[in-house]
Amino acid sequence: MFHIYCPYCEELREEEEFHPKGEAHIARPEEPEACSDEEWGDYLFFRDNPRGIHHEMWLHAVGCRKFFNITRNTVSYEILETYKMGEQPTVGAEHLAREEKTASVQAAEGGQQTVGASDAALASVKGAQA
Amino acid sequence: MSQTASQSNRLAQGGQVDRTQTLTFTFNGRSYTGHPGDTLASALLANGVDLVNRSFKYSRPRGIVAAGAEEPNAVVQLGATEATQVPNVRATQQALYDGLVACSTNGWPDAQRDIMRWVGKLGSPFMPPGFYYKTFMAPASMWMTYEKYIRKTAGLGRSPTQPDPDIYDHMHRHCDLLVVGAGPAGLSAALTAARAGARVLLADEQETMGGSLLDTRETLDDQPAAQWLKTTLAALAELDNVTLLPRTTAHGYHDHHFVTLHERRTEHLGDSAPSQAGHRQSRSRLHRVRAGQVVLATGAHERPLVYANNDVPGNLLAGAVSTYIRRYGVVPGQKLVLSTSNDHAYRAALDWQEAGREVAAIVDARSAPQGDLVAQAKAAGIRVITGSAVLEAKGTQRVSAARVAAIDVDAFTVTGKVETLECDTIASSGGYSPVIHLASHTGARPVWSDDIIGFVPSTVAGVTASGGARGVYPLGEVLADGVEAGTNAATALGFSAAVNDADLPRVASRHEGSACALFQIPHEKATLRAPKQFVDLQNDVTAAAIEVATLEGFESIEHVKRYTAMGFGTDQGKLGNINGMAVAARCLGQSIPETGTTVFRPNYTPVTFGAVVGRHCRELFDPERYTPMQSWHVARGAEFEDVGQWKRPWYYPQKRRAEGGERLETMHEAVARECRAVREGVGILDASTLGKIDIQGPDAREFLGRIYTNKWQKLAPGRVRYGLMCGDDGMVMDDGTTSCLAENHFLMTTTTGNAAPVLEWLELWHQTEWPELEVYFNSVTDHWATMTVTGPEARKLLTDLTDIDLDREAFKFMDWREGHVAGVPARVFRISFTGELAFEINVQAHYAMHVWEALFARGEAFDLTPYGTETMHVLRAEKGFIIVGQDTDGSVTPEDLGMHWAIGYDKPFPWVGKRALTRSDTRREGRKQLVGLKPKDASVVLEEGAQIVFEPNHAIPMPMVGHVTSSYYSPTLESGFALAVVKGGHQRMGESVYLPMVDGRVHEAEIVGTQFVDPKGERQHV
Repeated sequence: MFHIYCPYCEELREEEEFHPKGEAHIARPEEPEACSDEEWGDYLFFRDNPRGIHHEMWLHAVGCRKFFNITRNTVSYEILETYKMGEQPTVGAEHLAREEKTASVQAAEGGQQTVGASDAALASVKGAQA
Repeated sequence: MSQTASQSNRLAQGGQVDRTQTLTFTFNGRSYTGHPGDTLASALLANGVDLVNRSFKYSRPRGIVAAGAEEPNAVVQLGATEATQVPNVRATQQALYDGLVACSTNGWPDAQRDIMRWVGKLGSPFMPPGFYYKTFMAPASMWMTYEKYIRKTAGLGRSPTQPDPDIYDHMHRHCDLLVVGAGPAGLSAALTAARAGARVLLADEQETMGGSLLDTRETLDDQPAAQWLKTTLAALAELDNVTLLPRTTAHGYHDHHFVTLHERRTEHLGDSAPSQAGHRQSRSRLHRVRAGQVVLATGAHERPLVYANNDVPGNLLAGAVSTYIRRYGVVPGQKLVLSTSNDHAYRAALDWQEAGREVAAIVDARSAPQGDLVAQAKAAGIRVITGSAVLEAKGTQRVSAARVAAIDVDAFTVTGKVETLECDTIASSGGYSPVIHLASHTGARPVWSDDIIGFVPSTVAGVTASGGARGVYPLGEVLADGVEAGTNAATALGFSAAVNDADLPRVASRHEGSACALFQIPHEKATLRAPKQFVDLQNDVTAAAIEVATLEGFESIEHVKRYTAMGFGTDQGKLGNINGMAVAARCLGQSIPETGTTVFRPNYTPVTFGAVVGRHCRELFDPERYTPMQSWHVARGAEFEDVGQWKRPWYYPQKRRAEGGERLETMHEAVARECRAVREGVGILDASTLGKIDIQGPDAREFLGRIYTNKWQKLAPGRVRYGLMCGDDGMVMDDGTTSCLAENHFLMTTTTGNAAPVLEWLELWHQTEWPELEVYFNSVTDHWATMTVTGPEARKLLTDLTDIDLDREAFKFMDWREGHVAGVPARVFRISFTGELAFEINVQAHYAMHVWEALFARGEAFDLTPYGTETMHVLRAEKGFIIVGQDTDGSVTPEDLGMHWAIGYDKPFPWVGKRALTRSDTRREGRKQLVGLKPKDASVVLEEGAQIVFEPNHAIPMPMVGHVTSSYYSPTLESGFALAVVKGGHQRMGESVYLPMVDGRVHEAEIVGTQFVDPKGERQHV
């Protein structure tokens, strides 16, 4: 069970107080109508599942009710940092993740969506973190 | 004295048992005696009980092999009564108490007369690895039948059929340093860190702390080790910052130094926890420990050698023989042969001889063993046969002889003539395996060490393995290693630990010769033809089975493990895993590290469910939430329905006159009566459980417009609007009304079950996407009680109770007003979930019962009828009002529901869900759409969930085109009716659909609109 430092409460608390909310830094496109169906599908449904550094969003559900981000190693489960919503991580494997992502782009059989996002879709979807 | 005389293997002196007291216990129906200080295993051995179980697969007789947690055979069922049955207890870890009752878990009908032994004897060639996969494959339908008998014959123990009389605890603990294991390494680590000032928790799984010090031959400061142990434990007990937890197993190492400990508080005292000073005490306790640093001083398990018939009772681990003699004063036989690859095991022969029994020979696989213990054995006149090993044990119910010959370890061949040595006990030792279980729970992969011939743990930051747990075995080095671990942990925690070597006790130096790597012993016959050489005793996995697995192409040790079941069960491969890997490596012509390792998962040893559950059972299993009117509902005889954690009145059955007295209404009768009351008179519903979220801030209105599908810009104070909420995938996720309390102040209602998720949803969007909006959310669900007064008579009933003008023009449908009801400040909302005239009265929860009772006092004149959730469902369905989660399932858009009127496509902001509503899939023809269904036969109430087809005579499989989402009998319509989703349903009004039922009947129904009663919606406006 994780021991999580809430950047708002500034204390280590038990995992039971938190809800995991999936990958962090998934910004909603500013202009959804300008997205193709495929880009919108990528924003809605496709997430990274890296072996190693992962930025993920958590909620201090039965504490301060604040959303915040965690940089976590998905192999060792080590939490490398927690930071407030709107801040950027200081520990990252962004370039690594991007390389892996580009390499893994492939058309899904018979579908209209891709497995993993293209760089172009990434650029339009990720945008600047609010 | 006559009783102890039956303990034929008990020595007259020695060991840590109290011979002045005698305890009586029962095993497999026979009565025996033992002493305080015994385990069940030592007491059984003292009484010469050889056969403790039947083996899992071949049903071979099995005896006690080990003296601790690693025991694979002596797994017993404990309990004198049905309610106190405990399966899966290792006799080696169960302290003896007076009146203990135990039996074998395996053997049907019993361990002595066992049906399966014939399979074991005759049928074993027919039970190769993968036997169950291969044999019981076909026909698949028979598996359930096979399984019943397989389970019966398999040694899994059984659960009690009566409730557990005991209570169990959970306890949260925080400490600077957790030390697991109170042997020499753990004790010195704990003492060092504690003296430096750290808060230390020291847990040990045994009855007595001390680990190897409890049976060592060595001395500390020229005194028996027990003396140092006593002094050290006393020193620890004196320190305020040390907590000692004996009988406590660290069974799981979870993330971030979270370790679960299972403390057996009373299991050494009796069948059920005795009360203490008149209070019940918990039988066991689960400690949930969050530690700053952890030292794993878990020691090492001895590896048995793998030779033919090494499972016959009388084959023991060498170290276990020493433990039984030195700690319990029990010699488990008359005449010993020791087969070893190392010096350490010589202790067993020396202890055996000193106990006055005969040692036939020590058979050492090394050609020229040279250590001090070897010299000591030779000096004691014990015959030492070098370069040899025990190839095979003879005997069936008990060892009768050992077949010994010279072997070539590297070539895996028998090189000499076989000599048969008569004996009743064979002790074996292939060296030691560090207990790396907890370290590998963290995900750290163990690493093979040629130096110690075993895997040593790698650890994550903050965890240190110490002593035997990392392959450090000489006592002096173990103590120093513990001090170092304690010092490092204390330093890492910020304490300055002054290490003073002079604190370490003096250990007599001893020369130990190097061990040889020995696992499986060669036999004259090839492994596949030799008598069975067991690797995993608990799961009956033989060296031949592993060889077969490799021949069949299983090369990864993980696959071999699953194919043969090696390392499964409660044993988790404590004795067998390394030997199994060695056999696989030999067959595959590679080294052990090349073959891999298997990691261990929690739990280290089984944990009783009671400890896992703790106090979270019965009424404390899950919280129950009540509305302020709960006691009234109970007094009125309501039946309740669980909605999330809420208890909601389901219906209120009344007494009816019947033949010979009175009877309670059925649900059908009660619901029909309640429905008619609302449609014709007036009813009241306790709607307090609806989620209520108070929303404030200058941007509250803008926020609502973004989160709801419909428009909010023009909703004036005093007005209420129905809102529909979608995910960004365009699927309906919640609905409810939101009222404008003031320009920057709104009250949102949610479905009962969604109150918390919707609040989280609002916070998510506000905090992560639109932090620039100034808006605040707060749950007020429990602050306000809600009572819905509804029906044609509702206005008349309320008129005298409130100062609010109820005139239909002054207080319109979808308005809300503030005022007083029954003298209490109230908000009254003219919203309707029944389609009738309705007033939803909200008052502060503390006043709710007063208002509720005032309503009933006034309501007597109107026959005010309380109704429950079932009537609410019928009434809303008659009006086609959906229930999110019942009529929707996460794949339904607002358009699928026919709620185009609630979609603000022209709102300026791209609200949540909008973009997805124009995806090709959400726009396509033939989506399932919400419609009404009217059964052709009015008496039929369609089954909720029933599948719908267009063509009832279509060949199977029929294309399914939808399903029934809500279905009830309507007393108003005097007919069954239903809501359903049907492909393209909105374009199919008037068409017939068919519902084939499980019993072969096929119902016909007509597709109609969703509003069955008052389709124009006039009644709610009156």
